Amino acid sequence: MAKVTFTLNDETVTVDEPLNMRFLDILRKELGLTGSKEGCGEGECGACSVFMDGWLVNSCLLPLASVEGRDIMTIEGYRETKRYKVLENAFVEEGAVQCGICTPGMVMAAENLLNRNPSPSEEEIRIALAGNLCRCTGYEMIFKAVKRASKEGEGLW
Amino acid sequence: MKTKKDISESIRKVDSEEKISGRAPYTSDISIDGMLYAKTVRSPIARGTIKNIKLPKMPEGYHTVDASDIPKRNVVKMIYEDWPVFAEKDVNFIGEPIMLVVGPDKETVMNLADAVEIDFEEKDPVFDFKNSGVQLHFDKGDVDAAFERAAKTVEYEYETGYQEQAYIEPQGFVGYPEDGGYTLVGSIQCPYYVKNAVLDTMGEEEDKVRVIQAPVGGAFGGKEEFPSVTACQLAVALKKIQKPIKFIYEREEDMETTTKRHPSKTKMEAALDVDNNIIGIRSNLALDGGAYIGLSGVVLSRGMLAVTNAYTVDNLDVSGDVYITNTVPNGAFRGFGAPQMIFAIEMFIHHIAKDVGEDPFAFRKRHMVKQGDKTSTSGTFRDPIILSDMVDKAVEISDYHNKAKAYEDKDTFKGIGMSWFLHGCGFTGSGESDIIKAQVKLKKDDKDNVHILVAAVDMGQGPKTTFRKLVADLLDVPIEQVTFNYPDTRYVPDSGPTVASRTMMVVGGLLARAAKSLKEEWIAGEEQTITKQYKQPEYIEWDQDTMRGDAYPAYSWGVNVVEVEVSKVTYEVTVKNAWNIYDLGKAIDERIVLGQADGGQAQGIAYGYLEVMNHEQGKLKQKNMTDYIIPTSVDVPKMENHIMDNPYPLGPYGAKGVGELTLVGGAPAVALAIEQAIGRKVKKIPATPESIMELIDNG
Repeated sequence: MAKVTFTLNDETVTVDEPLNMRFLDILRKELGLTGSKEGCGEGECGACSVFMDGWLVNSCLLPLASVEGRDIMTIEGYRETKRYKVLENAFVEEGAVQCGICTPGMVMAAENLLNRNPSPSEEEIRIALAGNLCRCTGYEMIFKAVKRASKEGEGLW
Repeated sequence: MKTKKDISESIRKVDSEEKISGRAPYTSDISIDGMLYAKTVRSPIARGTIKNIKLPKMPEGYHTVDASDIPKRNVVKMIYEDWPVFAEKDVNFIGEPIMLVVGPDKETVMNLADAVEIDFEEKDPVFDFKNSGVQLHFDKGDVDAAFERAAKTVEYEYETGYQEQAYIEPQGFVGYPEDGGYTLVGSIQCPYYVKNAVLDTMGEEEDKVRVIQAPVGGAFGGKEEFPSVTACQLAVALKKIQKPIKFIYEREEDMETTTKRHPSKTKMEAALDVDNNIIGIRSNLALDGGAYIGLSGVVLSRGMLAVTNAYTVDNLDVSGDVYITNTVPNGAFRGFGAPQMIFAIEMFIHHIAKDVGEDPFAFRKRHMVKQGDKTSTSGTFRDPIILSDMVDKAVEISDYHNKAKAYEDKDTFKGIGMSWFLHGCGFTGSGESDIIKAQVKLKKDDKDNVHILVAAVDMGQGPKTTFRKLVADLLDVPIEQVTFNYPDTRYVPDSGPTVASRTMMVVGGLLARAAKSLKEEWIAGEEQTITKQYKQPEYIEWDQDTMRGDAYPAYSWGVNVVEVEVSKVTYEVTVKNAWNIYDLGKAIDERIVLGQADGGQAQGIAYGYLEVMNHEQGKLKQKNMTDYIIPTSVDVPKMENHIMDNPYPLGPYGAKGVGELTLVGGAPAVALAIEQAIGRKVKKIPATPESIMELIDNG
């Protein structure tokens, strides 16, 4: 079986597992990175969102083979950044976290938006987060958190 | 002098950082060396008898666990005990658990579970409402006399569908043997429900079962009684295998086989006098209980009690049934029977007004409940009611009257709907004093740190923050000096389940009493423990047999206004705006309450128009997040929420219940808005484009 090598949170990682294994399982079971959550296992809820070469993807839909040579960032890597700190503070201040199971994925989606559009309108925020389901908050406080982060993180994005 | 902040003033939630960063250890994040995996083998048929089971060749280290392994009782201890841990002979719904396959490699476990062959003798399943398993009844005044002297009568029937809790984290436990007993860590609302159910099934001594709550990724009632089923199964497996086992549902399994909101049919008949005053109502609420009753009888009771909602009607005859069908058992879901009935009565009162040619708004206001009025069960609304002011405020901020007038023009295909409603706080009737008997503890250590010991669960609604805030405020110490860990039945007393909007009012109320005592008895540097037990207010009287008296110690109140636009081409509904006013006594943390308001409203509105689930011959047609649609960030309306101060004397700082209140009015508000937009009476939810088309085509 071929080994798969990729960059994970700025470190080179090689794994020797079946090539069709879900990348989410590689992260959670083989590498012990449980910050990416499994809500649906079919790419609908976004709780397992990670960045692959800067693109937001659902890691539950990603077979191990497709990460060969790629640059992956999970919440465990992202939480070490300045941008994360701004988003974290905004999420706490605005009450955007209830049960929290969707939150790491939601934060990754917010980063994805702000990276491309540092000052989004509410409509743009709504569209950018539409791939991440939350059952607790009705999203309102998440919209406010993203707006706050956009304002307080000026110059970071 | 330092002025104390108002308790409602929001603080940062204490557990947000660990959740945002992905560090919070949810059940499925837990890994134990040598841990095995479990998978359930289920009935593929809706009704039948197991004739023969043929197991595949089990590799070494792989096990099956079934009814024959149960040490004591093959029943899950719940309010009504009819739900088996494993089907033994008869199966009664598609997906009913028959056995577990347990072993070290997850994929092998899955394959073995698939390879189990079971022969059944099939029987005709029942899906209609014909086999009533629970019948309840109460009356008020003399309804027959009211109908005899009625100038006219109006009759309608209302229907509601399933609703799936759709918590983002599926059901799960991790269990391990410990000290000759079993420890279960799980995604649960009620640590002591789980513990007591496991003790009962296993016949173990009290100290042999330990239940610990992991961070819960959403529950909404779905993790109230259901986890008792999986916990009992897991405990049986632990006893047999004596190794750590991880038992997590995948999304489809969760959606296909766990409890949901009961589909319902409600008959309503009203007697009116010559001035169009409602003088009597006869009602029957029929719930689809699914294959086992479980706690459906209590759901039925809460639904029936809401029959007159926030209106006063002097003469009532109210009956209800839970029908047993060969479908997945239904159970607890935020609102607990009230959403079905409040949908029915809110639509009904509008339909009466329209039929007698009165303005519905004026008609409803005339019947609105006032302080001192009798409740549906002949109890008394003792506390001040500010609903009328709340309605005025809702009218003002939503520009209700002008919009309602403008949207009478049918070409707009726009509508605005207003519901108002109450929700009884805490357990129904004498449940708190007779069944739950909640106990809480505050323990102060010799460093003067105070530990909150209760079994209440933070599933997102915030008690990890609000309990600490409350206790710290009453003790006048910094919040950092007060701890509240995830409940572990080894250390915490049974303060009751995390249900029925009781957490702050009842458990928080007891904690407030404990904190006051601790403050009075405080000795610096010494260990001290304060225990408080629930006592029913003496003026509360309830007779369970006749369902008469004060069904709840207090009520929270709400007004929802929803504005919609319906596509003239596709009949798709766009919910544009929502305005909500709530009286929940006093917010212990305003932002946390507003978060409940946003989320409850999103679920309540979606119940009315968006969330579709149904079955065909007992097989649910929606089984994942792709075909069961919950609101996304582009579906939710712009929301504006307001909280009123109307402190309840017996609640901590005046707090009443919150969680369910914010859901129960959403469906009628959106249905009334749709009714106006399409100019047809809506009698069934969800009001999907298909059902709107039928209404428009058939009149």
